Amino acid sequence: MAAGVATWLPFARAAAVGWLPLAKKTMPKPPVDKKSRNDEILFVNVSGLRFQTWKNTLDRYPDTLLGSSEKEFFFNEDTQEYFFDRDPEMFRHILNFYRTGKLHYPRQECIQAFDEELAFYGIVPDIIGDCCMEEYRDRKKENQERLAEDTEAEMATDTPLPPDSTHRERLWRAFENPHTSTMALVFYYVTGFFIAVSVIANVVETVPCRPLKGSKKDLPCGEKYSLAFFCMDTACVLIFTFEYLMRLFAAPSRCKFMRSVMSVIDVVAIMPYYIGLVMPENEDVSGAFVTLRVFRVFRIFKFSRHSQGLRILGYTLKSCASELGFLLFSLTMAIIIFATVMFYAEKGTKGTNFTSIPASFWYTIVTMTTLGYGDMVPNTIAGKIFGSICSLSGVLVIALPVPVIVSNFSRIYHQNQRADKMRAQQKVRLARIRLAKKGTTNAFLQYKEEGGFHDRDSDNALCLKNRSSFEHQHHHLLHCLEKTTNHEFTDELTFSEMCMTESMGYRTSRSTSISSQQGMSTSCCPRRAKRRAIRLANSTVSVSRGSVQELDTLQVHKTSSGHQSRSSLNARTEDLKLNCDDRDFTAAIISIPTPPANTPDESLPPSPAIPGILRNSRTSFYTHETVKISSL
Amino acid sequence: MSGCARCCKHGLMKFALSVGKLVRGTLIKDNLDDDLELSVVCHRPEGLEQLEAQTNFSKKELQVLYRGFKNECPSGAVNEETFKQIYSQFFPHGDASTYAHYLFNSFDSSQNGSIKFEDFVTALSILLRGTTTEKLEWTFNLYDINRDGYINKEEMTNIVKAIYDMMGRFTYPALKTDTPKQHVDAFFQKMDKNRDGVVTLDEFILSCQEDENIMRSLQLFENVI
Repeated sequence: MAAGVATWLPFARAAAVGWLPLAKKTMPKPPVDKKSRNDEILFVNVSGLRFQTWKNTLDRYPDTLLGSSEKEFFFNEDTQEYFFDRDPEMFRHILNFYRTGKLHYPRQECIQAFDEELAFYGIVPDIIGDCCMEEYRDRKKENQERLAEDTEAEMATDTPLPPDSTHRERLWRAFENPHTSTMALVFYYVTGFFIAVSVIANVVETVPCRPLKGSKKDLPCGEKYSLAFFCMDTACVLIFTFEYLMRLFAAPSRCKFMRSVMSVIDVVAIMPYYIGLVMPENEDVSGAFVTLRVFRVFRIFKFSRHSQGLRILGYTLKSCASELGFLLFSLTMAIIIFATVMFYAEKGTKGTNFTSIPASFWYTIVTMTTLGYGDMVPNTIAGKIFGSICSLSGVLVIALPVPVIVSNFSRIYHQNQRADKMRAQQKVRLARIRLAKKGTTNAFLQYKEEGGFHDRDSDNALCLKNRSSFEHQHHHLLHCLEKTTNHEFTDELTFSEMCMTESMGYRTSRSTSISSQQGMSTSCCPRRAKRRAIRLANSTVSVSRGSVQELDTLQVHKTSSGHQSRSSLNARTEDLKLNCDDRDFTAAIISIPTPPANTPDESLPPSPAIPGILRNSRTSFYTHETVKISSL
Repeated sequence: MSGCARCCKHGLMKFALSVGKLVRGTLIKDNLDDDLELSVVCHRPEGLEQLEAQTNFSKKELQVLYRGFKNECPSGAVNEETFKQIYSQFFPHGDASTYAHYLFNSFDSSQNGSIKFEDFVTALSILLRGTTTEKLEWTFNLYDINRDGYINKEEMTNIVKAIYDMMGRFTYPALKTDTPKQHVDAFFQKMDKNRDGVVTLDEFILSCQEDENIMRSLQLFENVI
């Protein structure tokens, strides 16, 4: 619970007066607050620097060192102050957290020292306010990375695989981290070499070699030494195919692997060769086949497995795609505008190159990118004017997005990091809120079990755990609400059980229910049933199903450990005397038997004891198991 | 005539200024900063002596109360959203926002959408240190949503539903759809003396004074502060 809300608790409790006329039951007594309510000033001495603050301020966060009774360990009787032998500069920030509810991270401090102080004072770093959270996380991450690098540098070799990994795992690891084994390294360099060979071969085979004897025309080397090139190509493709198949085999998720970019590049690089093998030597088709050979240049992209830089470049382009798209769009717009203008400006001229608007596109692009080939030039005055405007604007249009892209890249990069951090932080925060909520509900239910509502006289006082007055008061408030509505809080588990047992159907069979069980079946609401038995003398029991009491149950109360026993059907009601550490065995008949013909009966299916009921460890006398045996 | 001339001169000045700004290259409006200063509203309560005279608290108690209040709401006033959030934190099982809404309205004596420290302390004074009649009056005002002096069944049903909402889903015994209605019927049975379908303030106070349980419970919350 947000501790700042502690100041509003008296207000909420006072507002409970509004429930009183509606209450179905009488209100419980409020907890007695033995401590004086006067607010006092505390002195905190941190390595000589004396701080003063109200006690209430520190009490705002009861789960930290200063807010709980843990600070009593540091109380100095002689000087009547709390003494901490810690950094006084840091303590200022810690104390400000109590005062304002926001924890700030001092930028000049070392992140580890700060973390240690927080850990000492019991403060969770997630509470750092939004203003300083980014800085804190950045510094922390930086620190962690630096430490990780140091440890990595220490370790000369990578961690060895667990000995029971399969061949497949080892193969995959060898592909991903070539430095792990010598074989992997060899394979890595061999494939790199063959990629280079393949690319160079593709380039060289188009260079004109000296012609064959008796011919005048220059031949490209590919056709002169076609066999040699073919053999080299075959060898490369064999290696690539082998590598691809091995990766496919070793991949932990084959579908994911096949969809990855690198795998697509691999396939595209080797497909042309196989298609070439399969296709017949047909004149018509070979034209198309020639274009396929263009794809062999994709083999150069296989280098990106070997080069980190290429990968980063690819990621950059992908992340700046929108900016590049904008650049392209604006350029297209400008091109179309200027091409149109130039076309109509030069339309009158005889023998002009600007034959159509698409033809003018070429002029516009060449001018805007300041290339200026000079194959198309305007002749009219209007054309020249517009041409100069075109080249000026070209410089602007191209120069403008470039810094935007550069700054966008760094912004996008940092923003991605920040967004991930924020999302993770948000998730953690939500989880913490949910946990805190659950914690308070569980705390209340636990409080009820421990019988926090009964008058605390001397013998029972020790049996209850020590809780803060805030919690006592809050639980009292919730208890008042229960009394008002005559319904009780339960948790999800028992609620769903109840729903289940209600819908379970009405089985009667008295003999089976008794004999099949070993006297041990759980009630659907054990806590409620427990309390039901305890207050047997005073209250009438309300059964969950309307006014007619259909259930005749025997409740056997046993203390602590779970040994089972049967109870006889003729057991009488006895007063339940519950003392601390008393191991009573009492039985109670809870409800009036009803004639079986008229009303359906509900019998609980035998089930093993829910472990939640067993509470052996506590010293309180409420360590009971409730055994419920149903009968007609 | 002079007004027209002044207006023209004013317009001309503005035009000249904007042209000058254009030439110099600054087109930003300068009056954005003024708006920022007005948005922070601060409210200060009356003096300590006055509050001490008006309420049943001592100076020290008022000091403690104000410190807590000021810490939570530095601007000096709580609006409904914040109030709902704060109140919901005490009832994590269910949904406390409807009841918090009714509570807020009953605390907000000036009906302007925010609770100031005076409202806060006045209400606390009634609830914790007031006479039983004052407490019952306050409760009546809480139930009487539209402040017409009568509680009818609809208002009561809304209140009771809001209270049951706070219990949440997981209760024992399980909440049925007509549980609030039954509760309201039982309430009217007890409170509506002349069976006219509405409960007036006098009927309410009378019926509560007859009920010993209620009278006893009213004394319970006195030591909250």
